[in-house]
Amino acid sequence: MQKRSIIPVVYILFLMLPIYWLVAMSFKTTNEILSGFSLFPQTFTWENYTTIFTDPTWYWGYINSIIYVTINTLLSVTVALPAAYAFSRYRFLGDKHLFFWLLTNRMAPAAVFALPFFQLYSAVELFDTHLAVALAHCLFNIPLAVWILEGFMSGVPKELDETAFVDGYSFPRFFTTIFIPSIKAGVGVAAFFCFMFSWVELLLAKTLTAVAAKPIAATMTKTASSAGYELGLLAAAGTLTIIPGAIVIYFVRNYIAKGFAMGRV
Amino acid sequence: MKTENQRAWFLVLPVLLLVAFNALIPMMTVVNYSVQETFGDNLFFWEGLGWYEQILRSERFHAALGRQFLFTGLILVIEVPLGIIIALSMPRQGIWVPVCLVLMALPMLIPWNVVGAMWNIFTLPDIGLLGYFLNHTLGINYDMTQDPLAAWITIVTMDVWHWTSLVVLLAYAGLVSIPDAYYQAAKIDGASNWAVFRFIQLPKMKNVLTIAILLRFMDSFNIYTEPFVLTGGGPGNSTTLLSIDLVKMALGQFDLGPAAAMSLIYFAITLGVSWLFYTLMTRDDLN
Repeated sequence: MQKRSIIPVVYILFLMLPIYWLVAMSFKTTNEILSGFSLFPQTFTWENYTTIFTDPTWYWGYINSIIYVTINTLLSVTVALPAAYAFSRYRFLGDKHLFFWLLTNRMAPAAVFALPFFQLYSAVELFDTHLAVALAHCLFNIPLAVWILEGFMSGVPKELDETAFVDGYSFPRFFTTIFIPSIKAGVGVAAFFCFMFSWVELLLAKTLTAVAAKPIAATMTKTASSAGYELGLLAAAGTLTIIPGAIVIYFVRNYIAKGFAMGRV
Repeated sequence: MKTENQRAWFLVLPVLLLVAFNALIPMMTVVNYSVQETFGDNLFFWEGLGWYEQILRSERFHAALGRQFLFTGLILVIEVPLGIIIALSMPRQGIWVPVCLVLMALPMLIPWNVVGAMWNIFTLPDIGLLGYFLNHTLGINYDMTQDPLAAWITIVTMDVWHWTSLVVLLAYAGLVSIPDAYYQAAKIDGASNWAVFRFIQLPKMKNVLTIAILLRFMDSFNIYTEPFVLTGGGPGNSTTLLSIDLVKMALGQFDLGPAAAMSLIYFAITLGVSWLFYTLMTRDDLN
């Protein structure tokens, strides 16, 4: 054990403290939480979790979130793949401007665009559907996916393309059977980041849904105001929102760091 | 070497259409509001650049902008060096690497309003872990709903907790890409730790740090959900950052014209500062 490893250890402890507190609260009754301070749950209970898994308004929140996040991730990565290929292999009119313009879409304050988004998606009759949220999240996820994938693709030698074309592969066949498998790691990293930003975003997701596609994060805010402060229940719901992300990050843990190192500025 | 091929546009077209649908139509709606006055019932009157002038002169906007720059400045000054220090002290290989990365990335995967709510219950003076510790164990009078300084410390700490890992991940990615031969050469030359950092590690991390600083700037400048859930902009207006003020104006008071003008000014400032960062940090590459 080296002396300097104390820094990451202290940092990780700092990160885990609020998470521990959330998880600990989720196993307490609301009464215990409000009656005073206790470091560990005194009356350990699964009740908060039972409520969430038996009440459709709760568990549909999770299902809704997972549906639109999945649609968004698939859509973003699918359209970003050919675009990233174009940016990494070809020069074309306006390519640099287009690339920068794509990145600027992360800079617009989402808070302001909530109302126009609501009007736009009402006008095309997609309001309160999973597709609406999935499409809206493309605004910031597609640029990110293009950026990450472009970095990975630039690391693949051009000879691969040329050899394949000489061997008589058509572009679509080359792209799907040879090229994409050769940047698997990049696709994984891009999918991870799309998942992450779509999962944590709330403002647009909340604006574009009412009942049928309401995300879990919005269910939490509604319940907080209607049923008083059900702190234990909220803590359990919050704890459950961490799990999908934790599962996804476990699968891509070895590629995360690499994904950004190869990305271009 | 890239080849010139205009047909590459067809490959980019799906991305262009999807992003343009989401970016241009709402943007034009905002531009449209920003030059008109409405009294409801879909009646609009031409207002010209009046709203812009009003916003640029308003004390309220200046105050919110000042708070926003202070917040973003603090975030960058704390998170970037801290992230680099943590990345430098992380193990380069072994089983602890994935463990560190997964645990560090965890805060970034929590929905933003949950982050706010979590910090809220974490800091409650009598029943939160941190609040109880500060008030009852250390005897510091800490209540962020009363004391503006406590509220500021809390939102900055929350953001450090939430996003420092992004800088760590990026800086770490830059560090592991340095070949061992560089370190061996430095050792032979008898270089100090500082020299290794200054002349090997820092230059190698430059690209990823540019990304980190740009992303942290953009995201902290546009931050809304977490501080809104945590402090609601209070006590008073002390933590009303630009976007919180904007939503108050747009949805609370339904002043669409001024809110739209303010959002475009806001966007222009973000774009301008990002461009400035980008140009300054990539300047050396051009020479």
